[in-house]
Amino acid sequence: MSYNILLCGVGGQGTVLASKLLAAAAEKKGETVHSAETIGMAQRGGPVTSHVRIGKDAYSPLIPKKCADLIIAFEPSEAVRNLDYLKDGGAVITNEICLKPVTESLNPTGYDGKEMTEYLKKTIGNLVVLNADELCAELGSSKFFNVAVLGVAKGAGFLPFSEEDLLSTIETSVKANFVEVNKKAFLHGVEVGKNNK
Amino acid sequence: MKKEYVMGNQAIALGAMAAGVNLACGYPGTPSSEIVDTIAKRNKDKAIHVEWSINEKAAMEVAAGASYAGARCLVTMKMMGLNVSSDALMSLAYVGVEGGLVVVSADDPGPISSQTEQDTRLFAKYCRIPVFDPASVEEAYEMIQDAFEYSEKYKTPVLFRPTTRIDHAYGSITYDENAKPKEVPGFVKNSKRFVIFPRLSRMNHEMIEKRNPAIGDDFSDYKFNTVQGKAVNKKAVLAGGAGYAYAKEYIQDREDVVLVRVATPHPLPEKFLIKALEGVEEVLVVEELFPYLEEELLQLIGKKQLKIKVLGKHTGNSPLAGENTAEGVAAEIAKFLGETIEENKANTSEVPTPPMRPPVLCAGCPHRASFYAVKQAMKGRKANFSGDIGCYTLGNAMPLDMVDTCLCMGAGITMAQGLHWTDEETVNFAFVGDSTFFASGMTGIANAIYNEADMILCVLDNSTTAMTGHQPHPGTGMNMMGDVVNKISIEKILLGMGIEKVLTVNPLNLEEAKKAIGECADAKGVKAIIFKSPCVALFKPTEKCVITDKCIGCKKCIREIGCPAISTEDNKVIIDTSMCTGCSLCAQVCPMGAIEKEVR
Repeated sequence: MSYNILLCGVGGQGTVLASKLLAAAAEKKGETVHSAETIGMAQRGGPVTSHVRIGKDAYSPLIPKKCADLIIAFEPSEAVRNLDYLKDGGAVITNEICLKPVTESLNPTGYDGKEMTEYLKKTIGNLVVLNADELCAELGSSKFFNVAVLGVAKGAGFLPFSEEDLLSTIETSVKANFVEVNKKAFLHGVEVGKNNK
Repeated sequence: MKKEYVMGNQAIALGAMAAGVNLACGYPGTPSSEIVDTIAKRNKDKAIHVEWSINEKAAMEVAAGASYAGARCLVTMKMMGLNVSSDALMSLAYVGVEGGLVVVSADDPGPISSQTEQDTRLFAKYCRIPVFDPASVEEAYEMIQDAFEYSEKYKTPVLFRPTTRIDHAYGSITYDENAKPKEVPGFVKNSKRFVIFPRLSRMNHEMIEKRNPAIGDDFSDYKFNTVQGKAVNKKAVLAGGAGYAYAKEYIQDREDVVLVRVATPHPLPEKFLIKALEGVEEVLVVEELFPYLEEELLQLIGKKQLKIKVLGKHTGNSPLAGENTAEGVAAEIAKFLGETIEENKANTSEVPTPPMRPPVLCAGCPHRASFYAVKQAMKGRKANFSGDIGCYTLGNAMPLDMVDTCLCMGAGITMAQGLHWTDEETVNFAFVGDSTFFASGMTGIANAIYNEADMILCVLDNSTTAMTGHQPHPGTGMNMMGDVVNKISIEKILLGMGIEKVLTVNPLNLEEAKKAIGECADAKGVKAIIFKSPCVALFKPTEKCVITDKCIGCKKCIREIGCPAISTEDNKVIIDTSMCTGCSLCAQVCPMGAIEKEVR
């Protein structure tokens, strides 16, 4: 059986690096891994997804609906948008801070993400809600959410790799001067994840 | 040998390099652009000639010339680029090649970032040349090498057709990092072979039609044309490309149903198919875009008078448009096999609707300022705004609403002329990006000058090919060999063509831009304004805009320009300084002077 992780967010939030780290960690373990990214026009502020598929029997480039073991959402409405992919009993980790589309300023609908998070709380048993600003407060920038959230996923027991797999992946996949801060972000995430189990 | 986790397009590039490619060229277009980019990045000792050609037709012709000299050549483009290059390719199919020539034409089912859902397989049939159809990243790496072999074996250009889900998927390949380009034997003149004349075409046409069934027989033994399982229920699933990946996801290694995969849609591997479908009475075809395999199979069945029922797009078993999905294909196959799959449980609670997120011009994008200046300058006047292909197509979004037409590369310039000839009172603007200007804008401008159309050409010059990933072009002063070259000046081209009024303005200076537009609006003939300001994705901003307490909350900035960095919080206008580039268009729009520029 394959293990499927869907990362989702808005163009520019850093989902691609997170999916690459997951794929590299899986490779390191000797797993067969495939992934697929949204590239192109959608990157200009549109919804983006990365589908990471671990296992020999994963042929489809995208995760089939109801087959994702884990959804990592960088924005609460993006978690809801992709919920069809989650398998029954699957886990969701979401950032609760919303990113308003430009259209929201022009034609306000009152979107603030709260309704999305509430809905997730009501329907997902295996849910971790994070506040990216709080999670990253001591890291200096919310930019590091993409790596910190992987730590949370690991700490909460949702990732089929060891901490060492992921840490060594960060060492080899991230630009040299960002390795330390990303490792710190990851380990901080692990602690938060453990408390959210 | 080195193992690496790569994008499909990188796998194609590395495969071509493993095949000893000597020359790689093309024109950027999603989802194909990363192939040439990858070869350029990994081009050790500049042993391979790599170029972004001015457009796809130029690329095809550059490759044809090199191939005549025996070089292995890779030409890449998206499928609509294949239309642009088709003049060259159709003739090249008749003349044939010497060194292997593989044309990658990336299809985009959906379409996700394209204007059409055309199908390169059909184009291959139209050209009467072979086409390869990979179904995974790993396969793409191997198959592109095979494509070179077949190209040389049959002395024909060969098409290679990945789709978005192959191009932009990632997988692991093991490749030779020390692969070297082949020795190029050199051009041996032979006008009987290389000069296309009606007599040669007549002769080669016959040769090609006789050759193709032989290639089909050759393909019948091709390793990626595969069959698995037994016709227990006399049923088979026939699939190709990403459709095969989806079908395989559902069928896996089951033995109780036949799963046939066609990796070489043209020439059809007839012998392989007839054998694979032995004992089969019903076939479900799974494919994207055109019902190509479905129609080929129907034709084969008719030709061989077989008794096989074919289900697919024509019978309503699969969707006629849009891309396949794993669950969609699973449902089609399950229905075909009489199996039940778990239905999505009806959700008991009301699902909130996530907000729409249409793509928008980036914060600080100079195109926004250019469009806004034209809009303001033409307020109260009748004007048409013909758009074109690139980031600036996004100028159609509210509140700018500045793209009235968009058809294909370069068309804005010529369509503006057509509109002009139907109503000479309306001012006609054509917006074109710098890369599109070089690709296919110049002929349209000559057309306007020659035929005396009144129009205003707006060149949105951001010094890059932004939409497809910032590729250089003749106006940028860099090429894919890493050389610094003379920039071709758009201004000088326009002046050289004889346009008298060619103004260059900084779009981020709203008053200056509006003044230039006003100057052009009433003049006869072709006028040109070059809006020059670099793409914001190319540099780190040094400034930002902040809202001072002079803000009265009128929200004019939001209503007028739609910058993604400006929004409201508790009914107050705020600027997200992490996104703001300090372009200060908002400051120039603000009636209260409440927005100020600060150093970051």
